[in-house]
Amino acid sequence: MKSLEELAAIREKMKGKVVLREGSGDIRVVVGMATCGIAAGARPVLNAFVEGVNNEGLAEKVTVSQTGCIGVCQYEPVVEVFEAGKDKVTYVKMTPEKAAEVIEKHLKGGEVVSKYTIAAAVE
Amino acid sequence: MKELSLNILDIAQNSVKAGASVIKIDLAETEETLEITVTDNGCGMTEEQVSSVMDPFFTTRTTRNVGLGVPLLKMEAEQTGGGISVESSVSEENHGTVIKALFYRNHIDFIPLGDIVSTITALIQGAPDIDWIFTHTKGESAVELDTAEIRAVLGDDVRLDEYEVIKWIEEYLKEGYDSFT
Repeated sequence: MKSLEELAAIREKMKGKVVLREGSGDIRVVVGMATCGIAAGARPVLNAFVEGVNNEGLAEKVTVSQTGCIGVCQYEPVVEVFEAGKDKVTYVKMTPEKAAEVIEKHLKGGEVVSKYTIAAAVE
Repeated sequence: MKELSLNILDIAQNSVKAGASVIKIDLAETEETLEITVTDNGCGMTEEQVSSVMDPFFTTRTTRNVGLGVPLLKMEAEQTGGGISVESSVSEENHGTVIKALFYRNHIDFIPLGDIVSTITALIQGAPDIDWIFTHTKGESAVELDTAEIRAVLGDDVRLDEYEVIKWIEEYLKEGYDSFT
C-alpha cells in the first residue's frame, strides 16, 4: 500500500534536487489542454512528455507545463517548445509516439523534428 | 469526448482558469447512475454568464469564439436521460461554481468514465498549487485523495508536480481502484 511515509521519503530525497533545479529549466514544453486539445488526445501526449523527460534524465533542463487553447484547434494536440535564444517550435497533431521522437531528437539531441511542426503541416 | 474522464479534465481546467484555490471533483455512482460534481472557489460567473454557458458560441477566451466544454458535457449527460446543472456566485464572501452532471449508466449512449487516474494526475501536474479534493464512491467502495494532506507531508520544499510525487499519487489512486467494485 502507498503510505505517507513513502511521501516523507520522497521529500527527503527531493530536497537536494530542488536546490539543484532552481534557475534551471532551459527548455519549456507546453501542451495545449483546452477542450480541443483534450478531445484530440492531449492527455496521453502530456503523460508521454512527463514520463519521457523524467526517464531520459532531462528533468533538470526541461519543464513540462500546460496551457489553454493556442488557437489552431484543427492541428491539436499542439505542443510548443520554448528555448532561450531560439525560435519557438510548434509541433502539431501529436501522439505519444511522436512525443517520444521529439524527446529523443529535439529535447535530448537539439535537432528539431521538422516533419511534425506546424510549418510542415500547412505546406 | 471518448471518455467522461476527459470531460472532467476539461471542466476542471475552467476552474483552474477561474483562479480557484480549491477544486473538488466528486464522482458518486449507483448501479444505475453516475453523478459528476466539480466544485470550485474561483471567480464565479454572473447570472448572465451562467445562462450563456450552455451555449457553444459563448466563451470568455479570446483565441477562438466557441466554448464547447460545458455544452459537450450537457449533451453527453442528456443523451443518457440525465442532465446538467450549473450554480455560480460572484459574491465576495462566497464566490465559485458548482457543475453537476447526472448520467444513466445503463443507457446505450452512456460514455464510459475511462482513465480517471490520468485525469487527476494531469490536473495536479498542471496546477500543483491548487488543493485538489477527489472522491469517487460506489456503495461501500471509495477512492479519496486530498492534496492538502500530501502537501502537509511534503512541506514547502517539494512541489506536487515533481515526477516522483505525481507517480506516488498515480499509484495511490490505482491501488484505491484495485479494491473498488
